[in-house]
Amino acid sequence: MQDLANTALNIALQLGASYADVRVMERTVESIAVKNGRVDALSSSVDSGFNVRVIVNGAWGFASSARLDLKEAQHIAAQAVSIAKASALVGGKPPRLSPLPPQRGTYVTPLKRDPFTVPLEEKVGLLLRADEAMRSVKGVSIATGNMEFGREQKLFASSEGSIVEQTLYDSGAAITAEAVGEGEIQQRSYPNSFGRQAGTAGYEFVEAMNLPEHGQRIGEEAVKLLTAKQCPSGIMTIILDGPQTALQIHESCGHPIELDRVLGMEAGFVGKSFLTTDKLGTNFRYGSDAVNIVADATTPGGLGTFGWDDEGVPAQRTDIVKAGIFSGYLMSRDTAPDLGLVSNGCVRADSWNRLPMIRMTNVSLVPGIWKLEDLIADTADGLYLCTNRSWSIDDRRLNFQFGTEIGWEIKNGKLGAMLKNCTYTGITPQFWGSCDAVCDDWVVWGTPNCGKGEPMQVMRTGHGAAPARFRNVQVGVGKWGE
Amino acid sequence: MLEEHEVQVLVEKILGFSRATQTEVLFFGTDRSLTRFANNYIHQHVAETNRSVSVRAVLGNRIGVASTNKLDDASLRDVVNRALTIASVQPENPEFKSLPGPQPITPVQGYNEHTAAFGPEERAQGVKVVVDRAREKGYESAGAFETLVQQTAVANSLGVFAHQRSTEAEFHAVVMADADGSGYVQRVSMDASSFDFDAMATEAVEKAQKSRNPSELPVGEYRVVLDSYAVGEMLQYLAFMGLSALAVQEERSFMNGHFGEQIVSQDVSIYDDAFDPNGLPMAFDFEGVPKQRLAMIDRGVARAVPYDSFTANREGKENTGHALPAPNTFGPYPVNLLMAAGDASREDLFQGIERGVYVTRFHYCNMVHPVKTLFTGMTRDGTFLIEHGELVRPVKNFRFTQSILETLGAVEAISRHRVQVRDYTTVVAPAIRSGKFTFTGLTDH
Repeated sequence: MQDLANTALNIALQLGASYADVRVMERTVESIAVKNGRVDALSSSVDSGFNVRVIVNGAWGFASSARLDLKEAQHIAAQAVSIAKASALVGGKPPRLSPLPPQRGTYVTPLKRDPFTVPLEEKVGLLLRADEAMRSVKGVSIATGNMEFGREQKLFASSEGSIVEQTLYDSGAAITAEAVGEGEIQQRSYPNSFGRQAGTAGYEFVEAMNLPEHGQRIGEEAVKLLTAKQCPSGIMTIILDGPQTALQIHESCGHPIELDRVLGMEAGFVGKSFLTTDKLGTNFRYGSDAVNIVADATTPGGLGTFGWDDEGVPAQRTDIVKAGIFSGYLMSRDTAPDLGLVSNGCVRADSWNRLPMIRMTNVSLVPGIWKLEDLIADTADGLYLCTNRSWSIDDRRLNFQFGTEIGWEIKNGKLGAMLKNCTYTGITPQFWGSCDAVCDDWVVWGTPNCGKGEPMQVMRTGHGAAPARFRNVQVGVGKWGE
Repeated sequence: MLEEHEVQVLVEKILGFSRATQTEVLFFGTDRSLTRFANNYIHQHVAETNRSVSVRAVLGNRIGVASTNKLDDASLRDVVNRALTIASVQPENPEFKSLPGPQPITPVQGYNEHTAAFGPEERAQGVKVVVDRAREKGYESAGAFETLVQQTAVANSLGVFAHQRSTEAEFHAVVMADADGSGYVQRVSMDASSFDFDAMATEAVEKAQKSRNPSELPVGEYRVVLDSYAVGEMLQYLAFMGLSALAVQEERSFMNGHFGEQIVSQDVSIYDDAFDPNGLPMAFDFEGVPKQRLAMIDRGVARAVPYDSFTANREGKENTGHALPAPNTFGPYPVNLLMAAGDASREDLFQGIERGVYVTRFHYCNMVHPVKTLFTGMTRDGTFLIEHGELVRPVKNFRFTQSILETLGAVEAISRHRVQVRDYTTVVAPAIRSGKFTFTGLTDH
């Protein structure tokens, strides 16, 4: 692979590139889905290739191929150079790269049990036991279970002398029970919705979930939701559980701190960010004093954990919000110089055929001191909202609306009636400004389906989160016909 | 791109490696190029060449799927063996009957030489037209221009062999006059040379100019004119929510219990047609089954949902040719979705609205409740107040939370002009006037 990388780098430099890098990558994925006692899908994929990224005449070019041979390396390097020259036809600002000493080394995800050596029968059997537990509840219409395991082997080499090799593993699983009634459908998931809770870890991560032990409970909750009270509408105090807090962080903090988005590079697709560069270093209040957020690519087991990013920048931790004050961005080598800064290692691509871009690492809410039961006991009147069901946010990451699978009334410090179809909406800095408590039971939640870029890339990101309380939040949005 | 006979040799070789009861091979060849611009210059410019195969092995009624993009013999034997191993370790699935057998396939014209030959300079020149028009006004432009050449082949051990080359070109741009005033344009076609960049620049720049300095309008229910971009995205979410035989069989579709009933305005017809030249024609689905035109909602009445081989065999229904690639937990899907045109001119759409809202497009939609067809999202890139049948002034973007069936049930006029729009999927959509659309939030910051 190093021969291929060296060949491509040499050709790119010979053809006029002022900078070039090469990534050679192979991703292997095993995916298992069961539904209602049967295997719904079981697949194994291997996807490999390489890319060449160059700067020529002050413009970027990128080309990629699945054919891994030296002749193709020459061809793709030349294609990247010709694409960069075409980019230069429109003019614009030449890229500047923040300095980076040559990087050398290897990184392998620490794990106890390689998921690819665990017998398939064992994995399928675990999911089917959880499926059986869900379907033991009368009224469960659809029981599903999912597992997915990934192994990503990649080599990065640059014209500046960096050569790093990494093998990253990710493991994840989840189960969902659905119940269907007249004009109604309700679901409950464990440990998280939308397919899986995931981390950079081995099969031990899935075993620790104890999926079958939770099957009956979520089945019962799904059925009860069909006849539960409709979520009320009004301005209320809410407590979000850990998974929902994690998605709240992802959408309303993780995305708006991507510096490429802030600088307008995503404006033609998903939009910009309210966290404009004038807000950095000027005491802009993002949230309350209780809100501390970090981006940390070194978090053990986090889905956004690695050794180096896809520009060869070492994994590191950055303060994003300190005691409520906005303090930092996720940056790349070609965006950090706009602020007079250097990259903090947040660039990744989801595949060999995709351009590396700024992606969340593990963007996490620092844990607080509250126990969840104490926080509920401290809440006179409110809602406890759990597990995401729906999400949407505007093109500056200000106006959001989320739905959750389930909620409970909180009355006089105690959980009360179960609630269905719960929604809440808000404006990002006002919402985080209303956060007055964060719990201490902190978990790194994986978001394995973060979409960004054109062509679309789906990235794996992590979010350490704990239950948190927010005051004066609009809940119960929309007409529900009841 | 490989020649058709080269693909046939490849897939037959793979079938020959298999000792499964039934075997299916899906081949994809992809040459994709994309020129992306922002801040009035090209900042990302990429190209990709890939070939991959996916093998579905059936042992009795147990199924395994494996894929690779390594096409040497050892890797092809390995992918077959992985599919067989996966199939062998799982319990029986008595609901699986068989892969589909061969049927006559009518070729379609889905390939355009101009698109296939488009190079980086031509894409850059197209981008430059829009960028220069934005620069002239002192505005900022951002967007992307993609050209895609796709080769798809399906073969199975029952004798199916289907092959098609297709092309797709997509251009979109957001032009920003200031922090709150922006315009949008998008075009999708199999023929990149059909794009009129001057006209696209005019559409986006003029709307950006008109949408500057928006004022606030109270939230609530309004009569609306939804442009094609908004309608296309709304229809896509309607399809996600239940236009699939799997959703109906699992009784989680809004169509359940309503077949034969009027569920939206009688002026609304929603159908899937892979042969319509206004869309992106495709002769067969990802199981090699010929596509059928399918009227799903016909003059307001719920009529049908798409089937693939699994859902058709399970119910004893006809396979309509709407399979997605295996392994597919989503079920069959109408990938060639269209809404029938009406007879309204653009001016007609605004007639009779005393006070309403015109929406160019939506942003970041998501399902809130699939059976109730509730979805939420934001308006974006040109939202205007309509008074006395005229656009009178730009308004700030809204959040909405709305039932799609309610909006389609209150349709009062449909444009005769349709636009092919692309979000996750492509949809050919007209603009509509509807009597019901509920805006539920503003961005107060």
